[in-house]
Amino acid sequence: MSEHTHHDHDHDHPHAEISHSERPGFYDIMETAVRELLIEKKLFGADEIRHQIELLDSRTPALGAKVVARAWIDPAFKSRLLANGRTACEELGISFYDDTQLIVLENTEKVHNLIVCTLCSCYPRPVLGLPPDWYKLKPYRSRAVTEPRAVLTEFGTHIPDDVEVRVSDSTAMVRYLVLPMRPKGTDSYDEEQLAALITRDAMIGVIPVSLQTGRTAQ
Amino acid sequence: MNKPARSLATGIVYALGEKPIFKPGDAIRILDRSPIGHYRVPIYLRGKVGKVETVIEPVAVDNEEEGFGRNAGSRRHYYRVAVPMSEIWPDYVGSPRDGLYIEVYETWLEKIAG
Repeated sequence: MSEHTHHDHDHDHPHAEISHSERPGFYDIMETAVRELLIEKKLFGADEIRHQIELLDSRTPALGAKVVARAWIDPAFKSRLLANGRTACEELGISFYDDTQLIVLENTEKVHNLIVCTLCSCYPRPVLGLPPDWYKLKPYRSRAVTEPRAVLTEFGTHIPDDVEVRVSDSTAMVRYLVLPMRPKGTDSYDEEQLAALITRDAMIGVIPVSLQTGRTAQ
Repeated sequence: MNKPARSLATGIVYALGEKPIFKPGDAIRILDRSPIGHYRVPIYLRGKVGKVETVIEPVAVDNEEEGFGRNAGSRRHYYRVAVPMSEIWPDYVGSPRDGLYIEVYETWLEKIAG
């Protein structure tokens, strides 16, 4: 994927001023009102909200990539990860701050996993950070469960008929993370080189990991 | 470490709801109920038939009850349930083995003849 060259050009033209001129919507006002009430009632403080946002922003797909790369090179870790995703991630220092369990779903030659949350946007945030916008929007949320193969095709992923597609719909206590297949031709890669190949979308299950999809690919 | 003597584990009575009601492989139906409020069993799965894949440990609070401020004593099991895509969508296009997997709280499941 080519990075937007926004930062490469000379700044010889003015950028639009960054401003927020839209009127807040119903839910924006509701959120502000509830937040102010909770702070006023001393149920929590403004700094706790700020800290929670800081915590959420610190989680990125690089953490999930670390988990997957470790599973690829360490079979004992992989079996602990498949048995209990949460405790295995905690071994690597990735804490779960939100009381959810994690089920790790292994893609194989015979099974392809895809994750979705049809009700809202449940997502393995402790290991992947915030979900992409398309994951939260209704077309993906409805179509991932009604026609997963068509959705995958639109992502460029063709699943052969003899491979079983398993769609996991996260609803309540459990989050899912896809453990993609290790691509061929990576026998000589070390853990860090492997981790660089593993992207967010592969851990959602919409694409496989390939030598072309990595975060460091040109 | 000393292993506890086996005899210690006999005769123990468990609390109601402490042990899972269903086991992996059980044929189940997801209940088709429409209570008022927000319930996290998607409507497209209500009334559908599938099987229990795994019992999710440990027991967890019924978040639907908790949403109404009632959580005392409502810890029970969630189950990872598998439902064939063809059971949900009669016109489904794909492999007949394709499936939908979801976790469902114990009170939303009933056992059926397998």
